[in-house]
Amino acid sequence: MDETATADTSTDSAPDATTPKRRHFVHISAGVIIAVLTALLGFAIVVQVHQNSRNDNLANLRDDDLIGILDDQNARADRLREQIAQLEQTVRQLQGSGNRSAAARHQAEQDAKALGVLLGTLPADGPGVRVTVTDPQHHLTNEDLLDVVEELRGAGAEAIQFGSVRVSTTTAFTEDADHQVRVDGTAVVAPYEVLAIGDPKTLDTALNIPGGVADAVRNKGGQLHVDEQKRLTIAATRPLPTPTYAVPSGH
Amino acid sequence: MIAALALIAGVVAGLLLRPTVPTWLEPYLPIAVVAALDAVFGGIRARLDNVFDSKVFVVSFVSNVLVAALIVFLGDKLGVGSQLSTAVVVVLGIRIFGNAAAIRRRVFRA
Repeated sequence: MDETATADTSTDSAPDATTPKRRHFVHISAGVIIAVLTALLGFAIVVQVHQNSRNDNLANLRDDDLIGILDDQNARADRLREQIAQLEQTVRQLQGSGNRSAAARHQAEQDAKALGVLLGTLPADGPGVRVTVTDPQHHLTNEDLLDVVEELRGAGAEAIQFGSVRVSTTTAFTEDADHQVRVDGTAVVAPYEVLAIGDPKTLDTALNIPGGVADAVRNKGGQLHVDEQKRLTIAATRPLPTPTYAVPSGH
Repeated sequence: MIAALALIAGVVAGLLLRPTVPTWLEPYLPIAVVAALDAVFGGIRARLDNVFDSKVFVVSFVSNVLVAALIVFLGDKLGVGSQLSTAVVVVLGIRIFGNAAAIRRRVFRA
């Protein structure tokens, strides 16, 4: 603006020595140059507009702006990575709790089986002794038979079957008026067969201890024979007793 | 008149050819366009004031473009490219407005 605005008639003050033809040539060439420049301007405008509208915005940005955008993206990636880490930790926690509950269930099942064996609700396998008690003179009372069971229990028998009855904590040996021995109401007759699972040596020793159960049976004319077995099966079971009064107290 | 026709011809050529701007030219082209526009408005005003000089117009046109590009180039090298670009655009815009106001006064007498 300034150049052109302040440009006074410098052309007029140009040397008048130039011939009119020369001036005409200068005028023509100046017009050509102006035309070329303005054409270039129009061309550049269109190109720039086109470029600006076509390109994605990243290509035209300067280094500083690109660095800023990159920082933003990096920060966003960091935040997302933190989220991923948190979620992965949650997954691990949930999986861990799942594993723990599975382990607890497994433990509970094993406990239930062990308790079932001890309580008599489940059949049991294992080493033990087969005790045969003969009583040809019918002098053995229910107490004598209970002594056999007590001795086995004292020696650590974990599962006991008397005749066809599984012996448990509530098992009762009774004797009715005609001296018929009943175990939990089931009549048993000699020879009595008792199965016990435990350490065979210990059970054998406990029964045959001098002055013990075997001697007592022998004094009454019977015989007590202990047969150690590496493996025997106690197949008889009892129904699960349901406590009427006692309820589990919190622990 | 020749200039107006040439401008239209340039626009048409740009529309027809649709060239892509080289990467090295990308930061300078917008500033150069604005600087050239400034020169063109100055030329129009001088023409209306009957003081138009072809040589002055050509020189101001070329020097405007070159100086604008140089400023942007220096700004990029100094790390203030975007700010200097803004400054150039603001200054040239003010000049364009001033010229446009002068043209308006000359044309509409207002």
